[in-house]
Amino acid sequence: MSYQIGEKVATREAYGKALVEFGADENIIVLDADLSKSTKTDGFKKAYPERFINSGIAEGNMMATAAGLASCGKTVFASSFAMFAAGRAFEQIRNSIGYPHLNVKIGATHAGISVGEDGATHQCLEDIGIMRTIPGMIVLNPADATESRLAVKAAIDYKGPVYLRFGRLAVPTIFDHSYQFEIGKGVELVSGNDVTLIGTGLMVPAVLEAGKILAEQGISARVINMASIKPIDREIIVKAAEETGAIVTAEEHNIIGGLGSAVAEVLCETVPVPMLRVGTEDVFGKSGKPNVLLEMYGLDAKNIVEKAKAAIALKKA
Amino acid sequence: MNAEQVKELKVHATNVRKMALEAVYSAGAGHPGGSLSVADILTYLYQKEMRVNPKDAKNLDRDRLVLSKGHCSPALYGALAEAGFLPKEDIKTFRHADSYLQGHPDMKGVNGVDMSTGSLGQGISAANGMALAAKMDKKDYRVYAILGDGEIEEGQVWEAAMFAAHYKLDNLTAFLDFNGLQIDGDVTEVMNPTPIDKKFEAFNWHVILIDAHDFNQIEAAVEEAKTIKGKPTLILAKSIKGKGVSYMENQAGWHGAAPNQEQYEQAVSELDRYLAELEVR
Repeated sequence: MSYQIGEKVATREAYGKALVEFGADENIIVLDADLSKSTKTDGFKKAYPERFINSGIAEGNMMATAAGLASCGKTVFASSFAMFAAGRAFEQIRNSIGYPHLNVKIGATHAGISVGEDGATHQCLEDIGIMRTIPGMIVLNPADATESRLAVKAAIDYKGPVYLRFGRLAVPTIFDHSYQFEIGKGVELVSGNDVTLIGTGLMVPAVLEAGKILAEQGISARVINMASIKPIDREIIVKAAEETGAIVTAEEHNIIGGLGSAVAEVLCETVPVPMLRVGTEDVFGKSGKPNVLLEMYGLDAKNIVEKAKAAIALKKA
Repeated sequence: MNAEQVKELKVHATNVRKMALEAVYSAGAGHPGGSLSVADILTYLYQKEMRVNPKDAKNLDRDRLVLSKGHCSPALYGALAEAGFLPKEDIKTFRHADSYLQGHPDMKGVNGVDMSTGSLGQGISAANGMALAAKMDKKDYRVYAILGDGEIEEGQVWEAAMFAAHYKLDNLTAFLDFNGLQIDGDVTEVMNPTPIDKKFEAFNWHVILIDAHDFNQIEAAVEEAKTIKGKPTLILAKSIKGKGVSYMENQAGWHGAAPNQEQYEQAVSELDRYLAELEVR
């Protein structure tokens, strides 16, 4: 299974297809909470009906059931919207999955403001923050279909809890079949010396675009894709701080608790350099077309360019 | 069960009660009331019923037990120690910072603990997952879950009850330790969960009512549950909170309080007297 560069595919689509592709393993069980058509686990349901379990609209119960299955040796994927997985079922994930470090993968779709028309109740902008505070939890936020597929495979190969964050909106494929994904590793996509732009999820195309705009203006921006938010790649962050002296993070998440916070934590403890965060600025979302909302909340290349210039200006003369 | 077998179980259960109290007394904290009420059920399951082996506690074909009311860990640790899963001398390290015996059961750290529990309402869901795994793998092990009566005020219990019936988990037997008291008082006054039997029946469970302290009734109910096909069984076990220690019986105040030295010594002497009576009979 491979995706063509430029092809627009929602990461939830790639998640569903990857479950089918890697789902022949009899040990893999998929649970969903009445959202299989939206989370795209319905493909797995069709391919392996005997290993698909609908828990009904009861996410807390689904997560603890997943824990029980995992305790019997199963590799379990439990899916819902990010809001109801990380949000509603936080405590079940923390106590029944995280504490005993069970082999459950939380496949959370419809993360972020690009959910669009459903509005604030369904636009989860807190999940990265919530999930990465759970000891031992891996948090992955892939940028496109290619990376989503590889993240699912990596999650299956890893024994322990993993939170996988996917989006509803179709996004351009930016990586081809040669792309390598590794838990705990960031990937430098563009080299540069003046500033580093670190993006995650659907903000990766936006940081790439911002990098181009900056280049046209004579500013050399390094661009990094950080799909693995926990563990985070400290080495690539430290190197970027040392070599470019200014950092901007971009995520479809509250600026509190997510990628920006994770990067700031590393910088503060190693090479403190000016950094600015692009994300929703501690506000709830609202209903609207995804692309209109992304622009309205500053989740676009234009804002990243401004933040990059501001970060450069903050460098000590 | 003949009288001799019942007597043996009573001796084991009394040892479990003594260890549960030793744990709470040594820690200066813990939950004696519900530990004493559930001691007979745990004793029966580990001594007589469950297919488990202390030397191979992670065997994939074993029966499983989830103490959904995880705060009654002193009784679980006592029952496990009595069944050879952990050294009895470790009981007194309960809740100490250098011990593996956590305040609530930790499956990573304690031989024989099948699920980490403590946050109410979650254990029954995990038990569902185990029962479902048995069905998928066509294995014949059984899964036991133990709920508290206050615990069923948690909405997740009813999500799990719906799930177990929907997936026809007839390999799941849940006990409900119905001692009638929770931290803030009588369960019917705090948030009345009754009629419990009719609620579970309405959720398509098979329900059996027993006296939680009568081993013959426990045995009959466990055996009956095995004959029920296509639905899970709830054994609604009427119990006495603090059972076996005169001043703790039916006192909500002993839900989560440790006895002082004098109280502890009195409790031990009462249980020792009972053991002596059992030997004389």
